[in-house]
Amino acid sequence: MFNQRAGVFNLGCEGIMAMGAFLGFLAPHLLAGAGYGAWANLAGLALAVGAGVLMGLLFGLVTVSFGAPQGIAGIGLQMLGWGLAGTIFRRFIGGVTGVEGIAAWPVPGLSRLPWVGEILFSLTPLAYLAFLMVPASWWLLYRTPWGLRVRAVGTHPRAADTMGISVVRVRYQALMLGGAMAGLGGAYLSLCQAKMFADDLVAGRGFIAVALVYFGRWTPWGILGGALLFSLAQALQLAIQVAGIQFPYEFAVMLPYVLVIVVLALARRSRMLGPAALGKPYDRERRV
Amino acid sequence: MTRRFRLLYAGGVTALAGAAAVGLAAAVLLSIGASPLASFTVILTGPLQDLFGASEVLVRAVPLILVGLGIAISFRSGILNIGAEGQMLVGILCSTAVALALPHWPKAALLPLSLLAGALGGAAWGGIAGVLRARLDVNEILSTVMLNYVAAQLYTFFLRGPMIDPEELMTGSGTPQSMRLVKAAWLDRLVPGTRVHAGLLLALALAGLVWVLLWRTTFGYRMRAAGAGRKAARYAGIQVERSLVSAMLFAGGFAGLAGAVEVAGVHHRAIEAITSGYGFSGIVVALFGGLHPAGIVPAAVFFGLLLVGADMTQRSAGVPANMILVLQGVIILAIVSAKQFLDNPYAMERAARLLRRLGLRGAPPPADAAGEP
Repeated sequence: MFNQRAGVFNLGCEGIMAMGAFLGFLAPHLLAGAGYGAWANLAGLALAVGAGVLMGLLFGLVTVSFGAPQGIAGIGLQMLGWGLAGTIFRRFIGGVTGVEGIAAWPVPGLSRLPWVGEILFSLTPLAYLAFLMVPASWWLLYRTPWGLRVRAVGTHPRAADTMGISVVRVRYQALMLGGAMAGLGGAYLSLCQAKMFADDLVAGRGFIAVALVYFGRWTPWGILGGALLFSLAQALQLAIQVAGIQFPYEFAVMLPYVLVIVVLALARRSRMLGPAALGKPYDRERRV
Repeated sequence: MTRRFRLLYAGGVTALAGAAAVGLAAAVLLSIGASPLASFTVILTGPLQDLFGASEVLVRAVPLILVGLGIAISFRSGILNIGAEGQMLVGILCSTAVALALPHWPKAALLPLSLLAGALGGAAWGGIAGVLRARLDVNEILSTVMLNYVAAQLYTFFLRGPMIDPEELMTGSGTPQSMRLVKAAWLDRLVPGTRVHAGLLLALALAGLVWVLLWRTTFGYRMRAAGAGRKAARYAGIQVERSLVSAMLFAGGFAGLAGAVEVAGVHHRAIEAITSGYGFSGIVVALFGGLHPAGIVPAAVFFGLLLVGADMTQRSAGVPANMILVLQGVIILAIVSAKQFLDNPYAMERAARLLRRLGLRGAPPPADAAGEP
C-alpha cells in the first residue's frame, strides 16, 4: 500500500515474498540442530526483511530512477525473486524439509474464551504484528509528516516537487518499506503457516496483495477487510477439502482467485479515490 | 544532436544494460558456488554440440515464437498480458478434447480442427481479461495472473477427472494425463530422429501474418494507435475498448495455439507441467524481440537455446534449471531500463551534458543550450 500511495505499482511483491519465504525458512533450517531456538527464527525474519528492502531498492532503481514501465518491471522482479529462491533452494536443500517454525503464542486467559478464543488469541507473533500494523500504518500515513509526503508524491508529484519534497527519495523509502513488509509476509508463510518451503508456496499471494490494495481503496482498514475476505475464501476452500464433500477440490482451490477477479471488477467505482499518479514515472525535466 | 552521438549513445546504453544483466547473473551464480564462465559456456554452446541438442532448440523455439507473437500484439495495443500460461493450458484442453472426441476423422480435417480449437480456447480465456479491462477497467495484469491460477486448477481437474487416460485408472498409477492422441492429430516430424515438427513452419508463417496484420492493415494500425496513445486514438475516432478486447483475443489465441501445437507436435497427449514456463518466457521473448515479428523469431531461437542450455547446466554443472527464471527476470529489468534511456530524449541530453562535464570531446553541445537564458 505504501508503494502505491507513493505512486509506484510494485508487482514484484510476489517475487519479494518468495525470497522472504525462502530466506525466512533458510536460517532456522541451517541453524536447526545448533540449539539457537528462537534466535534462528529471528535471523530468518531479519534476512527476509533485508532481502525485501534490497529488492525494493532494485525496483526503485529501475522504475523510479530509470523511469521504466512499472508493470513489466514488476514481472521482471517477480521472476527474479521466484527464480532466485528456487535456485538456491534446489542447490543447497533440494527436497522437502520442514522447520519447527514459530509456534503460536496464546494470550493467557483470553485464548480460553469460548469460540473466539482459539481464533483470535492464539496466533503466531507475526500474525499479531500484522494486525498491529493496520493501525500503525494508518497512523503513519495520516498522522505523520512522512505520511503526508508519501500521499503528496503519489497524488501530484509535480506539486510535491515544487514544495521541495524529493519525489525520488520518498518513492525509494516507500518501496523499501513495502519491500520489507512483503519480505515479512513471505517469511510468515514459510515460518508460521507452512513451516516449510516449496517453489509454489506464495501461490500468487503477492499479486493478490496488490489487488487487495485496490479493493481496500488504498486505506489500511480497507485492506484489512479485503485480506479477511480473502482468507475466509481460503478457509472455506480448506473446509471443503477436509469435509470431503463431493466437490472437485480443484474448484475449491480456484475459489480465492476467482474471488479476487470478482472483487476487482466490483472495486471499479472506487478508482477515483486512488492515488492519481499511480504507475506514472516522474521526471522533473519532462514536460507533461 | 549528431547522428554519430546518437548511435554511440544507443550502443553505450545497450552495452551497459547487457553488462549489468550478465554481471547480476554472474553474481547469482557465484553466490551459489558455481563458476559463471563455465555455466554461461554450457548454456550457450552446450546445446549446439550435436544435432539433437540443436534440434531441441528449435523445438523449444516454436511455442516461444507463438506466445511471443501474441504477447507482442497485446503489448502493442497497450494491454499487458501475463496470462499466456493459462491461455496455453485452456488451449491444450480444447484441442485435446477435439482430438480425442473425433478419433476416426481423416488427418486433413482433424489436425486443423484441433489446432483451431486450441486457438479458440485460448482466445476465449484471454478474452475474459480483455472484456474485464474494457468494460470494468479491471487491471489486466492482476486478472490474467489470477486466471493463470484458475486455468492451472481447471487443467489438473480435467486431467485427473473427465480426461484421464483409462489405462492410468486400470493400472492404478493415476498419473494425471490424457490418452495418447490418434496419429491423425499429430504434426509431422520434419527431420527424422529429432522432435522438430511442422509447427515450426506454422509459427514462421504466422510471424509473417502478424507483421502484415499489425503494419499493413487498418485493423493493426488501430490497435497500435490505441496502444501508443489512448486519448489521441480516441480523439481520432478509434474505439479503444474494442481494440483492447481484440488484442486480448489474438494474444490468447496465439497462446492457445502454442499449447495445441505443443501437444500435436511434441507430446501427443496432454500431460502435467506441459507449458514449462513458456507463457512467461514468451513475455521476455517478445520484449527481447522489440515487439516485432522480425525480432521475435530470432529471440525465440535464442531463448530456446537458453532453455535447453539451462537443462544441461543442471546435469553437468549442478546449476538448477530455475536459474533460467533469474536470468529472464534480470533480462526484463535490463531491457525496460535500457529502453527508457533510448526512448527518452531528455536522458540523452543529460548524458551529453555529463560527458561534456567529464571533459570528453566529441560530445555535442546540449540541444537546448542556445535556447535557454
